Amino acid sequence: MIKLLRNLIKEPMFVIGSFLFLVTIFAGLFGSSLYTASPDGMSYDAPSGDYWLGTDNLGQDYVALLLRGLQNSLFVGFMAGIIATTIGTLIGLFAGFKGGLVDDILNMITNLFIVIPSFVVLVLVSASWPQGRSLVLIAVLIGLTTWPWTARSVRAQAASIRGRDHISLARINGASNLQIIFKHILPYLASYVFMVFIMQVASGILSESAISMIGLGPIGEGSTSLGVILNTAKNNSAITYGYWWGIFPAAIVITVIVFALYLLNNSMEGVFNPRLRK
Amino acid sequence: MLKKYPTVRYVLLRAIWYFLTFLVAIALNFFLPRVGSDPGDIMLAQSSVSSPEIRKQTEESLRKSFGLIVVDEQGSIKRDENGNAIKASKFSQLTNYIGQVFKGDLGTSFKNQKKVSEIIAQALPWTIALQLPAILFGWIFGNGLGALAAYRRGVFDKVIFPLALLMSSIPFFVFGMVLVYFFGIVWEIFPAVGAYALELTPGFSLDFLFSAAYHYVLPFFSIFLILAGGQAIGMRSMGIYELGTDYIKYAKWLGLKETRVLAYLFRNAMLPQLTGLALSIGQMVGGALITEMIFSYPGLGMAMLTAIQTNDYPVIQGVTLLITTSVLIANFTVDILIALLDPRVKQSLSMDSK
Repeated sequence: MIKLLRNLIKEPMFVIGSFLFLVTIFAGLFGSSLYTASPDGMSYDAPSGDYWLGTDNLGQDYVALLLRGLQNSLFVGFMAGIIATTIGTLIGLFAGFKGGLVDDILNMITNLFIVIPSFVVLVLVSASWPQGRSLVLIAVLIGLTTWPWTARSVRAQAASIRGRDHISLARINGASNLQIIFKHILPYLASYVFMVFIMQVASGILSESAISMIGLGPIGEGSTSLGVILNTAKNNSAITYGYWWGIFPAAIVITVIVFALYLLNNSMEGVFNPRLRK
Repeated sequence: MLKKYPTVRYVLLRAIWYFLTFLVAIALNFFLPRVGSDPGDIMLAQSSVSSPEIRKQTEESLRKSFGLIVVDEQGSIKRDENGNAIKASKFSQLTNYIGQVFKGDLGTSFKNQKKVSEIIAQALPWTIALQLPAILFGWIFGNGLGALAAYRRGVFDKVIFPLALLMSSIPFFVFGMVLVYFFGIVWEIFPAVGAYALELTPGFSLDFLFSAAYHYVLPFFSIFLILAGGQAIGMRSMGIYELGTDYIKYAKWLGLKETRVLAYLFRNAMLPQLTGLALSIGQMVGGALITEMIFSYPGLGMAMLTAIQTNDYPVIQGVTLLITTSVLIANFTVDILIALLDPRVKQSLSMDSK
C-alpha cells in the first residue's frame, strides 16, 4: 500500500491532478464564505479592480457566482457519483459473483440502461419539473441513469475473481454469499471502484452542465451551477457582444475540475495496472 | 433454430432484443414526462384563455391530442352523463401512444399547430449531415492518434496524451462557445451561427452549397476534436495493453515491418474500441445536440431547445424518441459489425450453437 502511494507520488500526472483537484475542492467548500462579493454593479461590467471577473447580466459579481457555482456543481457531481457508483458496484458484484440467471437478468437491465441515452431521460424528467427542480433532484437523476458502465466493468472484474482459491475456501468454511461478496471480493476491487467513482463524479459534473446548458438546470435561490452560469450568459448573447468574462471563467473551471479528475484516474490506472507502466 | 447459420441467428436475436428495448424506450418516453406534473396542466397554465367555456374546450382538445381522454371511432370525445370527458386509463393511453408511434404520428406541436413529424423531418437532415461525419471521422482520427501514441511512446506520447486528455475534459458545448467567440466574433473568420446565409433558400444552387459548407466548419470541428480526444485516450491504453501481448512480441522477433505490426496492433485494439463506441454513442449524440444549440444549427438539438423554452411537450417527446431510436440503431449496427469483424466473437457464436 505504501509502495503504491510512493509510486503514485512519483507520477507527475497524479501530482498535477491532485493539486488541481484539491484547489477546486478548497475553493468550492470555503470560497463562498471567504470571499465577500462586491455590491451589484451594472449589467456586464468588464473585469476591473472592483470586479475581478466582471459582472453578469444582473450586475452580480462573477467571482462570487463562480464560487457558488463551483460548490453546487461539485455537490451534484459527488452526489451523482456516489449514487451511480453504489448502484453500479452492487449490481456488478452480484451479477459477476452469482453468474447464471441472476447475471443474465442484471445484465439485461444494465444493457437496457446503456442503450437508452441518459441524456434523454434527463431531458424528459427535468422538463416535467418546471417547479422545484433542485440540485438534489438533478443529482439523483444523473446518478440513477449513469451507473450502467460501472456495473458492466465491475461485473467483469468480479467474475474474474470468483474462481480464485480463497473464495472457494471461504465457501467451504460456510461463509454466506453476502460475506463473500463484501469481505472477499470487494476489497480486491477497492482501488478499481475508487477509479470508477472518480470517473462517475467527472461525468456527473459534465452531465449537470449539459442539462443546465439547455435550460433544464436547477432552479431556485442559490442553486446556480457552472452550467447555469453558462446558460445565462448564452441566453443574454454574451458571446455575440464579446463579453468573454461571461463564458470563459466558468468554462475553464468546468474543464479544470474534469481534467483534474481524468488525470487522477489515468495516473492511478497506470500505477494499479502494471501493464501500462513503461 | 438456424444452428447452421450462427451469425444469422445472432443477428436475429439481437434484432428481437433491440425491438423489445425499443418498446421499453417508447414506454419511458411516454411516462417520464408525466413524472413531475401533468404536461396538459403546464401548457394550459401558459395559454391565455380567459372565458371558462373556451378554456374547457382548449383543455379538452389538448387532452385529446395527448390521448388522455377516451375518443370514439369518429374521433369525437366520449362523455359521461354530466357531459364531462371520460379519462382514459394509463394503460390504454400507453397502448394508444405506441400505436400512434408505429403509424408515424408523433402528435401536433402545441405552439404552432405543425405536425411534430414535419418539424423533425425538417431538422433531421441537418443533424445527420453534421453529426454522422463528425462522429465517424472523429472516431477514426482519434483511434489513429491513440495507436500511434501507444506505439511510439516517448515524446510523441507525452504530447498527444495530455492534450487528448485535456480535449476530452472540455464539454462539447464549451469548446463550441470558445470556437464561436474566437473564430466567429473576434476574428470573424467563420460565421458564428446558423447553417447557411439567411438570404439564401435551401436548394442545390452553388451559392447555397458554398454557404452551407462555410457554416459547417465550426460546428463540425467542435464535435470532431473533442470526440477524437476521448477516442485517442481509450485507444492508447488498449494499444499499450496489446503491445505487451505475445503475438506482438513474436511479430517483432520475426522482424516484420513496423507498419505490418502496427496494422495487427490496430486491428486487435480496435475491436474493444468499437464496443466502447456502442457504449458511448448516446452520450456523444447528446453532447453533439447541445453543440447544435450553441451554433443555432437548424437540427434536432435546436428544435428541442425551442420546444423546451416554450414547454412544447409533443415536440420534446418526438425529438427524444427519435434520439433514442437512432442510438438504438447505431448500437445494433455496432453489435453486428463486431460479430462480423471479430474472429473471437465469431468463434464463440459457432461454439454456442453446437
